[in-house]
Amino acid sequence: MGTISWRWFHLLASPPYVFRLAGQLGPWLAAATVVTLAAGTYGGLVLAPPDYLQGDGFRIIYVHVPSAYIGLMAYVLMASAAACGFIWRIKLAHAVAVSAAPVGASFTFLALVTGAVWGKPMWGTYWQWADARLVSELVLLFLYLGYMLLRAAFDDRDKGDRISAILAAVGVVNVPIIHFSVEWWSTLHQGPTISRLDAPAITMDMLAPLLIMIAGFTLCFAWLVLRRLQAEILEREARTRWVEQLVTQGAV
Amino acid sequence: MASFTSVFARDLKIAIRRWSELATPLIFFVIIASLFPFALSPDVAVLRSAGTGILWIAALLSSLLALDGLFRTDMEDGSMEQLILSPASLGLLVFAKICAHWVVSALPLIVLAPLLALSFYLPVDALPTLIFALALATPTLSALAAIGAALTVSLRTGGGLIGLLVLPLTAPVLIFGTRATDMAVHGEPVLGPLYLLGALAAFCLALGPLAASAALRVSVE
Repeated sequence: MGTISWRWFHLLASPPYVFRLAGQLGPWLAAATVVTLAAGTYGGLVLAPPDYLQGDGFRIIYVHVPSAYIGLMAYVLMASAAACGFIWRIKLAHAVAVSAAPVGASFTFLALVTGAVWGKPMWGTYWQWADARLVSELVLLFLYLGYMLLRAAFDDRDKGDRISAILAAVGVVNVPIIHFSVEWWSTLHQGPTISRLDAPAITMDMLAPLLIMIAGFTLCFAWLVLRRLQAEILEREARTRWVEQLVTQGAV
Repeated sequence: MASFTSVFARDLKIAIRRWSELATPLIFFVIIASLFPFALSPDVAVLRSAGTGILWIAALLSSLLALDGLFRTDMEDGSMEQLILSPASLGLLVFAKICAHWVVSALPLIVLAPLLALSFYLPVDALPTLIFALALATPTLSALAAIGAALTVSLRTGGGLIGLLVLPLTAPVLIFGTRATDMAVHGEPVLGPLYLLGALAAFCLALGPLAASAALRVSVE
């Protein structure tokens, strides 16, 4: 049993194996994403009852909450992968971190945009500095941008991988500090009252589509990251024989 | 300890001999602060309410200005390799360099800040708090700056990128620093945010040198 699991770990560090695995998982993940997102969208837009206070406006949480969650989760995933790559010198782990960063940044951006769109009818303004969660989401986007810019500034891929891994680790330590300090700051500033869904008061009709949407977004994230990872592996392994064979066979 | 003092003394000596680099961030600080009244309005009420924020932003930006050279000159003349090869822990040596950077760039700023604060009509009673808050906040800034400088030291142009990497991380310092000063202006007890500033400084000074030295090791390779 032990030998099997170790063999599997070694395989996971092998670029050709992960490339093929990602290729095999891709269509399944894509199909699961489409089905789950369709179900969640139907549930969120049609089945869930309108909110007694916000009417139909609350329905944007079915996009906003999952994308905010993915934005944060992706950063932790990216930093963990980068740390694995730094500590054990696994190049593939760096490739995972590099592939996850733009996807995570996009979901963070989506969370900001949907937050702003929701804010217009609810707060009367697109942006509310007093909302701690939006502001810390913005700082998270800056951290993503810093990571991607630093990574792109290096010509030497190996060095860039390891330097940006340190930045990702510094960032992931700072995310909770930034979040709590922004929260503390905004409670002191709290001017106009903000109407917000009370988390425990949410009914099952509203919660179930949200959970389905979160699952769908996670599947979508996994699918996108694996696609990017395939491209990243091909680029990194461009000079190796197995990639050469793939190209001559016309497989890519 | 001997290695700490020798690196610290060496960096101070270099900084004093290059006095123009020492003066630049200070003058930058004064210029940024004095441009704000043009951008806002010379009105007493406006400047008094915005003054705390202006001072803190100016202090933040000018403390970032001096940091590009923190490791770059050592990298170029090869003394960084000597530091890495030395038997003393690199984290300690980086800590010594951070301390020297703080003495050179932050200490004059702390001395100068009360004068600028008076020009923004901040009450005299709030000045001790401002000085304490700056004294607690600037070590954190120096530690973060060291991380940014170490990450970008092997790039040809690090300057702009450092700001992008470091500035988002300074949000907590800015929040607690301005809050402490604002509370002092309004005559409220200020210990809470000052404690938090101190906690941040302890945390960043403990872990910052480690992150910076890891980045330096990779950069030298």
